[in-house]
Amino acid sequence: MKIFLTSYILAVIGLSLYFFQDPALEASMQRGNEIYADFCVTCHLEAGEGVVSTFPPLAKSDYLLQNRAASIRGVKFGQQAEIVVNGVTYNSAMPSPGLEDDEIADVMNYILNSWGNTSDKIVTVEEVEAIQK
Amino acid sequence: MKNSIAALYLIVVAFNFSCGQDTANQVATISDTPFTPELLVEDVAIPWGIAFLPDGSMLITEKSGELILFKDGQKNTLSNVPEVYSRGQGGLLDVAVHPDYENNGWIYLSYASEEGEEKGGHTAFTRAKISDNSLTNSQLLYKGSPNTTKGQHFGSRIEFDDKGYVYLSIGERGARDDNPQDITRDGGKIYRFYDDGRIPEDNPFVGTEGAKTAIYSYGHRNPQGLIKNPKTGDIWDNEHGPKGGDEINIIKPGANYGWPVITYGVNYSGTPITDKTAMDGMEQPIHYWLPSIAPSGMAFITTDNYGADWNGSLLVGSLKFQYLELLKLNGTKVTDRIELIKGLGRVRDVVQGPDGLIYVGVEGKGVYKLVPKK
Repeated sequence: MKIFLTSYILAVIGLSLYFFQDPALEASMQRGNEIYADFCVTCHLEAGEGVVSTFPPLAKSDYLLQNRAASIRGVKFGQQAEIVVNGVTYNSAMPSPGLEDDEIADVMNYILNSWGNTSDKIVTVEEVEAIQK
Repeated sequence: MKNSIAALYLIVVAFNFSCGQDTANQVATISDTPFTPELLVEDVAIPWGIAFLPDGSMLITEKSGELILFKDGQKNTLSNVPEVYSRGQGGLLDVAVHPDYENNGWIYLSYASEEGEEKGGHTAFTRAKISDNSLTNSQLLYKGSPNTTKGQHFGSRIEFDDKGYVYLSIGERGARDDNPQDITRDGGKIYRFYDDGRIPEDNPFVGTEGAKTAIYSYGHRNPQGLIKNPKTGDIWDNEHGPKGGDEINIIKPGANYGWPVITYGVNYSGTPITDKTAMDGMEQPIHYWLPSIAPSGMAFITTDNYGADWNGSLLVGSLKFQYLELLKLNGTKVTDRIELIKGLGRVRDVVQGPDGLIYVGVEGKGVYKLVPKK
């Protein structure tokens, strides 16, 4: 009975999470998907897998998930610095993609919540605006 | 039954795959290169285009908008360069020097520009002169329209032929279903002009109602290599296809190169774009890359500096695999592919200098000179 109750409660929580996902996040991710397909996919590839030693992966990337501000800064201003992602060193330059702050928020929400990535906090335009070079 | 269908499918796929992988689609490595790469111009983030002035000094475009004059070992940044639209693949793109520069002083630039009414940008084409480290006499020769905020496929390369014409490539600006097959719209085209920007009277679509008459050929995706074949005088391009569809084409007046109706590539996701690789009235590439190398820049070797064996070969940069590719040719047929300077970085442009040596623009590094081994 205890097991039944536990699994019942877990199922209810799971389903409500599934059905009541933040619609703002959903909409932002959808816009972010389009930005991704235009500006990011040629290097970081369709499933965010990247190319080992050349273009860092975004899917399950420890760097991305642990360095939220630095990741936003990289998308906002471009990046040329040695970084280590999932144990592999990367030193390719990423030019600034020239996105608007709202577009950066959208594409960040997309990559932070796709391919097995999860983020418990939505990236807002205000958060992107506050990031300085 | 199900199993036999699956087996048949596998056999067909395997057969196609093995046929696709002929020698022209396998890149070879060599252990003893006839040159040493020497970093000549340092610290250029994205050396997009390289061109030489008659005195041997070098013009380099940096994508974010700097035009560098490298002379006597010194980098000078030229002022009064047109403002560029820095978004996605857009920025300051190619630079070219008029074949008669000694007498007329014209240089040519292609770049993404916001000029125009609509939000966004499109590829622009300008000529100017250099005076005291500044551009003067700037003349806008052409501007693609309408602007769009898409970040993709601006092209662009500039090349002169032997007859006094100048060619410009513009990519399809991320609108593959609207632009490349429509000669009334800009993008996905190679254009031909007189050197002052006027449209030649015998351009193929002069007299066609509604056509952009600067268009010379269409049905292109994103050409980022354009070079005159020194033997035939023909203009050759290389262009980024979708996944598996990068191509080399010989440019003919009025010809349709098929994008996106025919292609050897598929969407980045692997889903098909079309099931057709050929169609009547559409040109075939002389080579397509499988897998895609993401080609940028193009040059012919016309000397024996790297050995007689390489004279007449074609060089193409690979952004994706970060190497310079040498393609040996028998006429218009690619017979061998060799991988050079692997791992230096994304190769953005390659040119043969007036000294007959090869210069290579590498992202994150600068410009390398390939110094022949004695």
